[in-house]
Amino acid sequence: MDLHKLSLTKQLEGLKKGDFTSTELTSHYLNRISELDGQLNSFITVTEDQALSQAKAADDRYKKNNNFSLDGLPIAHKDIFCTKGVLTTCGSKMLSNFEAPYSSTVYDKLDKKGMVMLGKTNMDEFAMGSSNETSYFGPVKNPWNIEYVPGGSSGGSASCVSAELAPIATATDTGGSIRQPASLCGLTGIKPTYGRVSRYGMIAFASSLDQGGVIAKSAEDAALILEAMSGHDPKDSTSLKLDQPDLTKNLNNPVKGMKIGLPKEFFEKEMAPYVLKSIEEAIEVYKSLGAEIVEISLGNINLSLPIYYIIAPAECSANLSRYDGVRYGYRCEDPKDIEDLFMRTREEGFGAEVKRRILIGTYALSAGYYDAFYLKAQKCRQLVANDFSEAFKSVDVILSPTTPGTSFKSGEKTNDPVEMYLQDIFTIPANLAGLPGLSIPCGEHNGLPLGMQLVGNSLEEGKLLQFAHSFQSNTDWHMKMPNI
Amino acid sequence: MKNYSEDWEAVIGLEIHVQLSTKSKLFSGASTDFGALPNTQACNIDLAMPGVLPVLNEEVLRMAVKLGKALNAEINSPTSFARKNYFYPDSPKGYQISQMDKPIVENGYLDIETENGGKRIGVTRAHLEEDAGKSLHDDFEGQSGIDLNRAGTPLLEIVSEPEINTPEEAVAYLKSIHSIIRYLEISDGNMAEGSMRCDANVSVRKIGEEELGTRTETKNVNSFRFVEKAIQYEIERQIHELKSGNKITQETRLYDSQANTTRPMRSKEFANDYRYFPEPDLLPVNLEKEFIEEVLATMPEMPNEKRERFVSEFSLSQYDADLLAADKDVADFFEEVTKVSNSPKLSANWIMGELSAELNNENLGIKESKVSSNKLGQLISRIEDGTISGKIAKDIFEKIWTTGKEVDDIIKEEGLEQVTDDKEIELMIDEVIENNPQQLEQYRSGKDRLFGFFVGQVMKASQGKANPKQVNDILKSKLEK
Repeated sequence: MDLHKLSLTKQLEGLKKGDFTSTELTSHYLNRISELDGQLNSFITVTEDQALSQAKAADDRYKKNNNFSLDGLPIAHKDIFCTKGVLTTCGSKMLSNFEAPYSSTVYDKLDKKGMVMLGKTNMDEFAMGSSNETSYFGPVKNPWNIEYVPGGSSGGSASCVSAELAPIATATDTGGSIRQPASLCGLTGIKPTYGRVSRYGMIAFASSLDQGGVIAKSAEDAALILEAMSGHDPKDSTSLKLDQPDLTKNLNNPVKGMKIGLPKEFFEKEMAPYVLKSIEEAIEVYKSLGAEIVEISLGNINLSLPIYYIIAPAECSANLSRYDGVRYGYRCEDPKDIEDLFMRTREEGFGAEVKRRILIGTYALSAGYYDAFYLKAQKCRQLVANDFSEAFKSVDVILSPTTPGTSFKSGEKTNDPVEMYLQDIFTIPANLAGLPGLSIPCGEHNGLPLGMQLVGNSLEEGKLLQFAHSFQSNTDWHMKMPNI
Repeated sequence: MKNYSEDWEAVIGLEIHVQLSTKSKLFSGASTDFGALPNTQACNIDLAMPGVLPVLNEEVLRMAVKLGKALNAEINSPTSFARKNYFYPDSPKGYQISQMDKPIVENGYLDIETENGGKRIGVTRAHLEEDAGKSLHDDFEGQSGIDLNRAGTPLLEIVSEPEINTPEEAVAYLKSIHSIIRYLEISDGNMAEGSMRCDANVSVRKIGEEELGTRTETKNVNSFRFVEKAIQYEIERQIHELKSGNKITQETRLYDSQANTTRPMRSKEFANDYRYFPEPDLLPVNLEKEFIEEVLATMPEMPNEKRERFVSEFSLSQYDADLLAADKDVADFFEEVTKVSNSPKLSANWIMGELSAELNNENLGIKESKVSSNKLGQLISRIEDGTISGKIAKDIFEKIWTTGKEVDDIIKEEGLEQVTDDKEIELMIDEVIENNPQQLEQYRSGKDRLFGFFVGQVMKASQGKANPKQVNDILKSKLEK
């Protein structure tokens, strides 16, 4: 049986009915990983032994009829989530030898519900990148065409789910790192409202923007796991004081009579004709389902990229200061003195993109520049958030492309950081405003998938998933999988 | 002002770091106990493991609110945290979580007293921040060790306005802060262990000049006396430099208590752009009105209030009240003694006299006194009710100190009750007069001074137990005859 063809929801049903065991399901994926991941490089670590023992424990619980809610379902975790006793590298040489002494809240929550960890997925170094080419562990390939990038920074998570090496994967999104790779790999990826998912144990890039989420094959699968990851965590002071939401109950509600906003500022941009065509077709689908289309304006949205490239590097410049070679992780050979230890450890342990952002952030926070850069960026960030609040008074969701186009070839943008940064032009605003956003496949071009983005009001992940599920119930873009 | 030229004045501001006596750290659950083995009290958060996040220990908010009230200051709500960035091996995150724009306490003042009278010193702010770990250089040849037990311990940094002008004022201000934090029980204020640390910003200028001189910051001053000496030294050094036509360099200096000098730190130890920015891992904290009221309801009586009450309730002199109220333990001891003795003035005298001398002798705090407040109270009440004389009381005090026995037991066992029977005293006096006819004659012929001789003889005859007043009265009437 091709177990990997079943949706996560169907796999859970199968486990509960005893159609197959978690050990069978887990072994099936482990076999696919060992067979296929050589060409994709989507995993940094495969936790085979641990996975099989977790699967066996789940099977035992099924036998005794005291199973957990998601018992025995396999999952891959982005290597940014700390997992106790397992290598947790964040895609960096700096942590290439780091076994976490504790587990992230996200891992703990899913572990307690019985999920089986297949391994840790590759990613851009410290989640900085949009092509998964900055990883110390080598680039990740797009299963649709291995000459192309999978997107980033959660490129490993997207690549492995797309190649069906895992039924679902956790991921994180600071400026688009869930939605952009989901779009480039033909998947459903959701970043919830800032504060929904605990950041405890999720290695920080930019604290006020980072948010965990999932990359899945459908909105239904994403809803099932996202709700299990969510909920207040006293160990994260920015975590919202809300219980775990029920994201699956409204999935089948119709979108009839609901309003979709199209930001004119996005559609005024020069957009590739194939992108516009796919988006227009998607809009037609929603119209046919009875949704109403409204043009809206987000007047400050074009400030998003410059705001982001002040705030994210500023926060990262401080967040990455702890990697000094003193307590854990990479340490340079034979340091002369403490200064030399700091400098060479960081010189040798960080890659070029990480250094670039640390430098930008350090500069933006320096005496004499703080007001002109950081402070101004924070004020503008508020303006962007205000635009969204205003818009959500009249619409339910906001629709746009997720990315400016389909995937690009490996190496194509590596020497032009600004061109690379433009990958996130549609996704960054949701991070600045702390709003939930998702990407679902809505078309293809030259054999490569393309996604559309839906952004919702604060805490309205349920509504976003309802829109996505409604689309997926009436189209089959999400059913298309690469031949690998 | 002291021995520096009269046409110069010093401008001094103090930054006082107070280690708060919480059970756990500012942003983690690790213990703050002093003296544990290195790195046994540092959890994943204190070690700045990848992915960890700070969670504020709310106890520090209560402590800071109390301090704010005691400093007559405003409490900021919301109050927010900021990151102060610098690399140092004992700063595990590469930044310190501190406060910048919205410190929890702002715009207060403190009234101090020196020999030159009273003065009000402004308190600019008091903010919360985490302590660093310690670098250990001695035990590792060619390497340094890091102990992160102290990393993350909560500190309140209290910053004064530059309104202090003499070393004496600086010490009075520092002692006043010390007294307040001890009263509030927010810190043990132990300067030797580093739970209270003082940095002094000092500049000098010609009297009458508006503009401030270039200042230096002197660190590492760990006793009241050293603060006074370090500032004194620094003022004299700066005046000397300026008089010699040199300029003052703005720098951080270390105080060397053995040599009684200050010397500059190496420049790279402090040349930093700290790149402060709001701490994104902690939301601004709102201090609800109810919360503040609840905290203020637990405020103890403060030193100045206690001083006033000691004067009004116990009719103590201002001087006695000042001395007793400066230290909360002493003040508490005094009130306990008075409750038993019913004699505030005598209790005050005994505490500041005999007791304080014994404590000093053995280098003990008043809480470790070998004569309990209850026993001292009883001893004083036995003086008051005439059972024993003040002189005998001193002997008994010594005995309690060494044996711990009860006051009344010692009196009974050693037969130390005062002789108050007129008849008995008369008999003793008659005997003394009879045995000293020469002195009697001299006295009667006008040598009044000899009265004391007779008193002494009578007291001696009674082994010190005769009531001195009665001896005086009866002796006078007998001698006049």
